[in-house]
Amino acid sequence: MRDIMGNDLFSGPEPDPAGDAGHENAPPRVGFFTDTSVCIGCKACEVACKEWNALPEDGLSLTGMSYDNTVGLGASTWRHVAFIEQPVPAGRTELPLLAPDSGTPGAGEDDGAGVRWLMSSDVCKHCTHAACLDVCPTGSLFRTEFGTVVVQEDICNGCGYCVPACPYGVIEQRPTDGRAFKCTMCYDRLGAGQEPACAKACPTESIQFGPLDELRERAALRVEQLHDAGVTEARLYGHEPDNGVGGDGAFFLLMDEPEVYGLPPDPVVTTRDLAAMWRHAGIAALSLVTGAALSFALPALTRRSGRT
Amino acid sequence: MTSGTTSRQKPRREEPVSYYGRPVIKAPSWSAQDIAGYFFLGGLAGAGSVVAAGAQLTGRATTAKALKVSSLAAVSLSAAALVHDLGRPSRFSHMLRVFKPTSPMSMGSWLLSVYGPAAGAAALTAVTGRLPRTGVAATTAAAVLGPALATYTAVLAADTAVPAWHGAHRELPYLFAASATAAAAGMALATGPPHENTPARYACVLAAVADGAATHAMERRLGTVAVTCREGRAGALLRTARGLTAAGAAAALLLGHRSRPVAVGAGLALLAGSVCTRFGIFAAGIASAEDPAHTVGPQREAAEQRAQRSQ
Repeated sequence: MRDIMGNDLFSGPEPDPAGDAGHENAPPRVGFFTDTSVCIGCKACEVACKEWNALPEDGLSLTGMSYDNTVGLGASTWRHVAFIEQPVPAGRTELPLLAPDSGTPGAGEDDGAGVRWLMSSDVCKHCTHAACLDVCPTGSLFRTEFGTVVVQEDICNGCGYCVPACPYGVIEQRPTDGRAFKCTMCYDRLGAGQEPACAKACPTESIQFGPLDELRERAALRVEQLHDAGVTEARLYGHEPDNGVGGDGAFFLLMDEPEVYGLPPDPVVTTRDLAAMWRHAGIAALSLVTGAALSFALPALTRRSGRT
Repeated sequence: MTSGTTSRQKPRREEPVSYYGRPVIKAPSWSAQDIAGYFFLGGLAGAGSVVAAGAQLTGRATTAKALKVSSLAAVSLSAAALVHDLGRPSRFSHMLRVFKPTSPMSMGSWLLSVYGPAAGAAALTAVTGRLPRTGVAATTAAAVLGPALATYTAVLAADTAVPAWHGAHRELPYLFAASATAAAAGMALATGPPHENTPARYACVLAAVADGAATHAMERRLGTVAVTCREGRAGALLRTARGLTAAGAAAALLLGHRSRPVAVGAGLALLAGSVCTRFGIFAAGIASAEDPAHTVGPQREAAEQRAQRSQ
């Protein structure tokens, strides 16, 4: 489907999502750059998010998944720190977190030898082409002036369509409430000129908040810096404006393939194919009518040529 | 992902397919009874309105009346199931807050809100025999909107990240159209007298053939994800559906015009087959969403193909 200028509304690069959503003189689009190479797994982001947004408790069980007892993003968990324990092949470059040659703890050879920990704070991606927003039938999900995607809780009727539409498995219905909830990028704080609670609480600047363009430049520099230091496995995820969701408002620097962190390797906004779906549904509807017409016409014809 | 090339050139090692084997996407929390049930009822109502109009046009009055009543009943149950499935049922009217072509659910809500009254008026005028002109108008309106009601539910399911539904977004509307026709023809066979049921007998054979072809095309398109249509609960349901639809169509074609009991039995088999198809497709979608391999595998393949093309 295309707009009057011939631009694809459902996929591809989209320089100004807030403006296209009808916001005049919108501020620059903001986002998160989560640099997992410096995440220490402190979960301050999880706690700050829960506290600021007054999210209810949603399970206090031990999972056996390393230090992760949060499990995943959901209706009442808008930041989730993943912990991955990986065997490190011999001779693999260790990430120089602290000064590599000063003998500081953390860089020593015996310390955690044979295992590396990957930690990453996951969050709603605030997609440029957001499937949850596209499919929402009530208009509860909307694009803010900051280019983020937010649920209006007084509108949501809990139809649950956004849940399977999200290619990242982020948004969810709260069982005790029925409505859908997800990260708002602290819409209330943004309006007051503050940064989101998670970014504010992050002690290592693993979570960086700012104008998206600026974050993309900063991320490109960071990945280059890591490659120069020999950390060839560092790669950016979700930063490209021409990816399947038109670029993520929250993107990441990862140290392994995305699926290791539970992220989809090549997500696509489902509405990219919506025009084709409607076309096929239209042809199928016409086939149904044709089939029925044929079924009524055949007996009439055979009756005319000889009694049945 | 430009910076990921170095690691991708390495020989493939056995990698965990996801984070502790957990699903990458979230399966819908919809209840099968409400939503798969609605897929069936919407199809029965929509295709039923088309068959009712055809029956009325060709002087098959008993069949026409029966199908109008069944369409009204089906669409009423549909609305009840949809409201029941909401997390906040009291806010069902929010569905008509906006008119949003990007949301199949919004389009469906508007469609139901126009089709429902038309189907209701068609049934009431047929049963009471009053306002014949209104009856014709309502029957026509319901027959025009019916096919859309029967097929849009395929878009509703396909417009998600659920691998088995989205992957089959080209084939699903045809499968749903065929399944809806089978259900409506089944209802006509079960409720109409044998001397009126020739069109229903032909329609159910057409539907059974189209159903088989669409299922085959869908499984080919889905590739590795098609396993979710063959195994487990979905596999059992879809196999049962195939058996019931084929048996119902064969019995209807060969003996449906001679024996009323056979026609009724065939009709019920076709209705049950359509129910099993819808619940089967629903179950396949849930199974595909819950297994991260079905989300990651096809995406990896797509990314690798794109990388090869650009080289």
